[in-house]
Amino acid sequence: MTARVPKKKSRNLALAAVAAALAAVALGCGTTYYEIPIETPIQPKMDVSPFQRVLVAGFVTGGTEDVDANQETVRLLRAQLRNKSSLKVIDADLLPLMEVAQEHGQPSASGPSDQSGQAIADPRIVPKSVALPTQIKDEKDLEPYERVFANTAYWKRIGEEFQNPLIVTGTVLFSPHSRSGYVQRDQEAYDSFGRRIVRPVRMYMERKGFILRPKFIFIDGRTGATMYSESYREEILYNAQTNTPALSSYFELMDRLVPNFLSALSSQKIKGTRVLLK
Amino acid sequence: MQKRDACLVAVLAIAAARPLLADARSDAKAQVDFGISVAQRGLWREAIYRWEKAVQIDPTYAAAYNDLAIAYEHEGQLSKARKAYEKALELDPNNTQIRQNYDLFKEINDRTSAEKEKP
Repeated sequence: MTARVPKKKSRNLALAAVAAALAAVALGCGTTYYEIPIETPIQPKMDVSPFQRVLVAGFVTGGTEDVDANQETVRLLRAQLRNKSSLKVIDADLLPLMEVAQEHGQPSASGPSDQSGQAIADPRIVPKSVALPTQIKDEKDLEPYERVFANTAYWKRIGEEFQNPLIVTGTVLFSPHSRSGYVQRDQEAYDSFGRRIVRPVRMYMERKGFILRPKFIFIDGRTGATMYSESYREEILYNAQTNTPALSSYFELMDRLVPNFLSALSSQKIKGTRVLLK
Repeated sequence: MQKRDACLVAVLAIAAARPLLADARSDAKAQVDFGISVAQRGLWREAIYRWEKAVQIDPTYAAAYNDLAIAYEHEGQLSKARKAYEKALELDPNNTQIRQNYDLFKEINDRTSAEKEKP
């Protein structure tokens, strides 16, 4: 004859056993985790402590004519620097850098300058005039213009004019781009029970968009020498049927780059989440 | 009576399932737990102190290295963070959470030093 366990007691025991088993599994697996928000401070890439002011001088730009990349870049960077750096932003007219580069390409009576912008003492040395492309379509067209940034005498003069600020300049190439090929897309469907399912589907698509290739150059206004420079490349592609204005694409791409630009001259905090383990 | 039985079963089961930890690990774990509670309140320096102690007590404790790496990252000590993440992964290479933390750390670290050109 066996004793019968009362029904209520047996149910309690079963519940306790399940709870204990779950606890045991949790402990057996060992790891308990906690998500925690963190802010990673990023030190600036260069020391801007000698400067109180910053001059975003202008850019040599090329690519599409739908966007005035020089004006838009200067406007955007000045606004960002006003809000997110301790430097005072100088409001000044944009420098006509393309014309300056053209002028510097010609041999002049006042004496040519070498690659670093230093005046060449020997008057017998006359550099060949290099014809600069009037329209910049790609990086190759942009290349000969880059010598203007190495002209320390020119930048020193600009520095003196604006009381020795940090000078921000460089190049911006914003060009249309198209690419066709297979892309993976999620496709929504309904099964025989009417349930919604999402399947990844590979499909051939014609896409078009833009590539943004800026190079930011930071020049010491006291000496005219380049302190630091960095280049970026970002691209965006849309379905060929989508008609996205060039200016929207420009801002979308610049949005991705602005934190990197700012991190060159001011400390930034990057927010994220990590998992702490026990 | 019924409740007492149920609790007894639960306690016994937990005790049976608990791995036999060495003293070093349980001491280190106490430091890690305390570090987590202070980090959650934003006291990251105290957390670093606790987790540094934990890895001193038990240098094989991957989770402690992971937590220490996160704290270093939060304090901007990026080279120390990298070393701690790498140590955590060396001790527990299959831990997906440590791997994920490390990948996120690398993304920031690589992005901020990417395409840096010195004149």
